[in-house]
Amino acid sequence: MKAWLPSLLRLLLVVLLVAFVTNPALFEPLLKPLTENGAPAIYNQGSLLTLTLLHLRTVLIATVAATIVAVALAILVTRPAGAEFLPLSRSLVNIGQTFPPVAVLALAVPAVGFGEKPTLIALFLYGLLPIFENALTALTTLPGNVMEAARGAGMTAWQRLVKVELPLSAPVILGGIRLSVVISLATATIGSTVAAKTLGEVIIAGLLSNNLAFVLQGGLIVAALAVLIYDGLSAIERYTARRMGQGAV
Amino acid sequence: MTLRFDKLGVVIAAIAAYAALLAPFATFRANRIVPGQARSILEALPSATGPLLLAIVIAGALIALLKTPLLLRLAAGVVALAALAILIGTAGSFLTPAGNTFARVSPASGFWLLIFAFTLLLADVLTRLDLSPWARVGVLIAAALAIGLLLVSRQWDSLSILKEYANRADSFWAEGAKHITLALGSLAAAVVVGLPLGILCHRVERLRAGVLNVLNIIQTIPSIALFGLLIAPLGWVATHVPGAGALGIRGIGTAPAFVALFLYSLLPVVANTVVGLAGVPRAANDAARGMGMTDRQRLFDVEFPLAFPVILTGIRIVLVQNIGLATIAALIGGGGFGVFVFQGVGQTAMDLVLLGAVPTVALAFAAAIILDAIIEMTSIRRHEASPA
Repeated sequence: MKAWLPSLLRLLLVVLLVAFVTNPALFEPLLKPLTENGAPAIYNQGSLLTLTLLHLRTVLIATVAATIVAVALAILVTRPAGAEFLPLSRSLVNIGQTFPPVAVLALAVPAVGFGEKPTLIALFLYGLLPIFENALTALTTLPGNVMEAARGAGMTAWQRLVKVELPLSAPVILGGIRLSVVISLATATIGSTVAAKTLGEVIIAGLLSNNLAFVLQGGLIVAALAVLIYDGLSAIERYTARRMGQGAV
Repeated sequence: MTLRFDKLGVVIAAIAAYAALLAPFATFRANRIVPGQARSILEALPSATGPLLLAIVIAGALIALLKTPLLLRLAAGVVALAALAILIGTAGSFLTPAGNTFARVSPASGFWLLIFAFTLLLADVLTRLDLSPWARVGVLIAAALAIGLLLVSRQWDSLSILKEYANRADSFWAEGAKHITLALGSLAAAVVVGLPLGILCHRVERLRAGVLNVLNIIQTIPSIALFGLLIAPLGWVATHVPGAGALGIRGIGTAPAFVALFLYSLLPVVANTVVGLAGVPRAANDAARGMGMTDRQRLFDVEFPLAFPVILTGIRIVLVQNIGLATIAALIGGGGFGVFVFQGVGQTAMDLVLLGAVPTVALAFAAAIILDAIIEMTSIRRHEASPA
């Protein structure tokens, strides 16, 4: 019975992550061997905690906006009034996925200037696609007998949407949000090439000064955040799926 | 007879009306980095052509707005896009004062919105026509030929992005070749390693969760960090393993970029191989076993052909993703179109950014269309073969 092992590892990762961003000096001896010529082992041009929080804030804002727009769009094209847009929206999503994040980021700069804004735009556009795709799949593959029953029970279109369709689609939509968040966490680091305040700043500082310790700490914080958030959202997904009586997904 | 509106047409007409009447068509700048001045369609084009373009845009928007036959909509989309593409070049030469080599003219938001609106119209028509895979590749080739023709005819030479190109024509093709080598090379390596690994994971259940978890975690490491982290180990290999340096393995440059792209590519290839093999119907396997096929025969004659479309989907994801990610290789000296993107960001020269971004997007887009067509063709063949 090693069921507790993953939970223990996760707890350990949380403790390590919190300890590292709040008190990085503790870990200096570990990172020191990676530096050359007495370069600092811990990022010293800003607080890691602030950067981590700003990183998370950027991802959160972009994901919330992407979720609202993507789910609203998916609902629109699955109603009779918007059915005309369904095939087109599918091909647009496919086309959208071929735009590399770096290109989106760089092209947003002339429109909105340097800083956080182009990063938010890139994360928003890139985050839309997985959520939209999953919401669409969920809303178009609802069991026909359930929809019939809802209609037979005299529910209005609005009641069906809010009480039947959205709750039943929730687990799959959450799966899309999870994918989107993990992609955004990594993509946000690229935002620092256009002066956004994210953990990418640490990595880029490391690349520019040839300081491997910086690259490693920036990369590991982002990876740890991604693993933890991925796990957390998977747990929420399983919980909602169980509540919807769909068993393990 | 009542007029009936097309819902998507309302959106297209609204975008086109705003773009043509209120947004700037082109931007004029005295040199490459000063802020630009906006020019509307009528200001940006010589006397007769301005109204002509407006007329084409209005006609196209009207055709989109009303319920019209598909072929008419197709023609409207193609004519409007062609007129826009040709006339933006005319605007470039018209706005540039004769003999002035510093002045820059670039397409502005109105132009891009018009392109977007009519591409939307065209995409809608093409989706509704439900083209066969071959026809879609044909459309792609036709579009590529049209763009090639405009480039060769020097119609666009007065635009800022091509002036940036003219200054770096040699390095553009060198970086382009590097970009494609990185994207395709790492994909090839990932297929060579990932396919057998996927088959192994399919056969040995104990291995599956472990391998997929490790590959999942690699995906969470931000690309710029992974590129950076590979610098040290590869630098060590280059100095300590005899012959490695001669093979081009170095701490910075193409080698870490190649390895990072390879690592990112493994997950989709391995995961889709496992999913594809798991989806092979039990009956097919049982029948093959009953016929006395060996394990190896079963793998190559039954399981593999049936799993092929799913594996190809993984390869499509990897190729599109790699073409995009290869831009980041420029940050660690790995070359590729990203060189122009990051140089442009550094110099706040947006046309230089476009010089890197546009070919990247075009490559990714073309790769997606071609691979989608191949995937559809292989799964059609499977469906046709299955009842027999």
